Amino acid sequence: MEHHRGQLTPQTLRRAGLAVGPTVFLAFFFVWPVAQLLWRGLSDSNGAIVETFTSASIRSVAWFTLWQAVASTVLTLVVALPLAAVIANVNFRGRRLVQALVTVPFVLPTVVVAGAFLATGDRLGATSGPFSLSKSVFAILVAHVFFNVAVVVRTVGSYWGQLSRDDEHAARTLGTPAWQTFFRITLRRLRPSLLAATSIVFLFTFTSFGVVLILGGARQRTIETEVFRYAISRTDFATAAALSIVQLIAVVALVALNLRLRSSLAQSDRLAERARPAPNGRTSVLSWFTIVSTIGLLSVPIIILVEQSLQTGSGIGFDNYRSLAERPPFLTVSPHRALVNSLWFAIVATAIATVVGGWTSIAIVYSSAKVSRLLDIGYLLPLGTSAVTLGFGILITFDSGWLDLRQSWMIIPLTQALIGIPFVTRAVVPVLRSIDPHLREAAASMGSSPAQIRRDIDFPIARRALVVGAGFAFAISLGEFGATSFVGRRPDFMTVPLAIGRLLSQPGQSIRGQAMALSVILMVVTTVVLLIVDRADRSNVL
Amino acid sequence: MIHLFARPLTRAVASIAALALLATACGDDTSSETTSTCFDEPSIEAITDVSADGLAGTTITLATHDSFALSDTTLAAFTDQTGIIVEQVAVGDAGQLVSQSVLTKDNPTADVLFGIDNSFMCRGIEADLFVPYTSPGLDDVADELELDPFHRLTPIDYGDVCVNYWSDALPGDAPDSLDDLIDPINAGQFVTENPETSSPGFSFLLATIAKYGEDGWEDYWASLVENDVSITAGWSDAYYGEFIAGGGARSIVTSYASSPPAEFLFADPPVDAPPTGVLQDSCFRQIEFAGVLNGTPNPEAAAALIDFMLSTTFQEDVPLNMFVYPANGEAALPDAFVEWGPLVDDALTLDPALIETNRDDWTERWNTIVAS
Repeated sequence: MEHHRGQLTPQTLRRAGLAVGPTVFLAFFFVWPVAQLLWRGLSDSNGAIVETFTSASIRSVAWFTLWQAVASTVLTLVVALPLAAVIANVNFRGRRLVQALVTVPFVLPTVVVAGAFLATGDRLGATSGPFSLSKSVFAILVAHVFFNVAVVVRTVGSYWGQLSRDDEHAARTLGTPAWQTFFRITLRRLRPSLLAATSIVFLFTFTSFGVVLILGGARQRTIETEVFRYAISRTDFATAAALSIVQLIAVVALVALNLRLRSSLAQSDRLAERARPAPNGRTSVLSWFTIVSTIGLLSVPIIILVEQSLQTGSGIGFDNYRSLAERPPFLTVSPHRALVNSLWFAIVATAIATVVGGWTSIAIVYSSAKVSRLLDIGYLLPLGTSAVTLGFGILITFDSGWLDLRQSWMIIPLTQALIGIPFVTRAVVPVLRSIDPHLREAAASMGSSPAQIRRDIDFPIARRALVVGAGFAFAISLGEFGATSFVGRRPDFMTVPLAIGRLLSQPGQSIRGQAMALSVILMVVTTVVLLIVDRADRSNVL
Repeated sequence: MIHLFARPLTRAVASIAALALLATACGDDTSSETTSTCFDEPSIEAITDVSADGLAGTTITLATHDSFALSDTTLAAFTDQTGIIVEQVAVGDAGQLVSQSVLTKDNPTADVLFGIDNSFMCRGIEADLFVPYTSPGLDDVADELELDPFHRLTPIDYGDVCVNYWSDALPGDAPDSLDDLIDPINAGQFVTENPETSSPGFSFLLATIAKYGEDGWEDYWASLVENDVSITAGWSDAYYGEFIAGGGARSIVTSYASSPPAEFLFADPPVDAPPTGVLQDSCFRQIEFAGVLNGTPNPEAAAALIDFMLSTTFQEDVPLNMFVYPANGEAALPDAFVEWGPLVDDALTLDPALIETNRDDWTERWNTIVAS
């Protein structure tokens, strides 16, 4: 709509109005707190920022941070894409269960997964050397794949499922071999959602903390672990702020690159309202192999966890689970209550992330190019910001008057929602962009208002993506450990990951068993909730 | 004036002397022991003449780390006695708590802070976080726990970070000195935590510095590395990851003096004696303090809470909730602590001011050794 530029028409006003909400939310809950913290750090630095930028160690740390994130992302794509293809193209029993199961690693505390990795390594004899499952770069990469497969499977899988098959069908009819059809046509059409998933996995691994610290060993350092080291071990906020700035600059540059790649794509692919499998998408040996091998790989550490949770002094049994009903002395609440807390925070965080994320997606799609790009990059930044910076920033910003959130439970889901929102926008925006413009034009010419168009056309088509994003926001909130531990909370607001962490800092075999049982419960709850959400979403019917 | 509290006084003096030598030798101002102003006369006025009158209905906030826990009735007893309502806020681990408090010192999140230990106390004191207050409860506390002559911080509990071993899994005899850890017979047996990310890990580093002095600890660590020591990020991945307790292969780990009593109490199936033992020679004393935060609008109510934290009601609740020993000598200990977790008489110690001055330098040098 180039000819409207510079003129105040109702349409430009409406478009501008659409972007106001998301912009204000982001500025208020992210930009302002982070800027406050960085300013605080830099204002009492004596040249620390220059020192940090120019030191040789930051260069090697930044290089390692970058390459491990790139390698983790590529590996995640390689492992996850076959399963995404099966999810999108094959109609099989248990499809929803597979979609829910891949998300389970997402909510597991790193310290639990690291323990399971170590146990796996012991059984496979992989505890030393370059392919050790503990304290090696390899262990970091494997863990990153383990945690992030879900992002690709769910985001790309659901987009792919909604892609119309006409082009592929035509190519196949003309005799093009299947593999050529895939590489020449399908892969290109998948690019918007591939890039969206890639950017999330990349940011996640770029700022990954626990995995690097626990599975990388003392030698591996990333910008994120260095921010923690300076801010927490040394109370040196100047250097921590300088490092956070390095991190933010890198993140903005990489996200901008990602957007540039995307804007070079054709904008109007066609998506159907409902996911549907390709006409010839029967369950083949190959697809069963893909499902079994991917789920099998993800399950190894999970099976070990389940096994450990069932081990008791008197053999195999449910004693560890039964004991969760009572509060062990060193927890501030019973594990049962922690689960209720976690679920409540997750519901609120998911609601915020879905509403703000959905609104932001619409704003990104309908706003002018500049505003759109700003919102797109802006809402990815919380994912690429150190948990220390985000948590402490929120803590020092919302600290007085009616804005004093420090004693409020709201501070927890709000912080978690900031990390969940990008999952929603990254799932929804590619779908909205791919809606056939003729559909909207036809509706407009028949007298539909923009609001009606969004309700009748955009929402039904984007609903599946919205559900995918909401599922992630929920899982993020259930598993979040980083930023939440910095903002502080009333002890009776203890969440499940915090309770597991606390149980695992106490000697005693029965205590460890309880931690494992609680981890398994967290996994089961996640699976059940995602199954319910996926089932409630009628567009996910094959 | 440096306040020396170390029981084996000669050790700390030797460390300081060695350190002074080093400071002059390399001219690095970060390792001079004179830079800490920790135990200089405070400029903040002390709280005096606390009376409980008129405090009823006041609400104060207690900031703690995540490991703080009490029985449900304990803080309620304080409210019953004084009418003061206590709200709580918990933040990550001790390191996060200290950093957070320094960051928010112009507008503190709480009135009282609990959970700063002797390795961090000077960081908090030098940031002027605490108001001096001499609680009458200190009469029942051993002098060597007090550390701060101006009582900006009040000792609440203490414990020892000690090397533990799994008795049945040792390749040789039970180790009884730090030197045994570099004996080839224990090669590949010891796992400890990174001092930069773990509080027991840092205490063990301090133990080696207190034991071998400024001249010797680096050599000792080089020998540990040679003997295939394993370094983990935190306590959990050491104890439950690589130590036998979690199915790992190593039989020696850095943990606490109170770990054997916990292994006894929470054993499954029940046992007659804990499977683990403590290397007495390795124990480093860790003291946890509480302090009234500078800027509190309720200094008297905050001071009343400090008094309560030293009372036997609070102190006797501490051991089984946090697995530490009560600072108040009058508080009764649980049986398991008496039987399985005796504290050593001559735990290793270092002057907190010395720790604060050298912390970054020590950990940096430690990094160089373990990275090689």
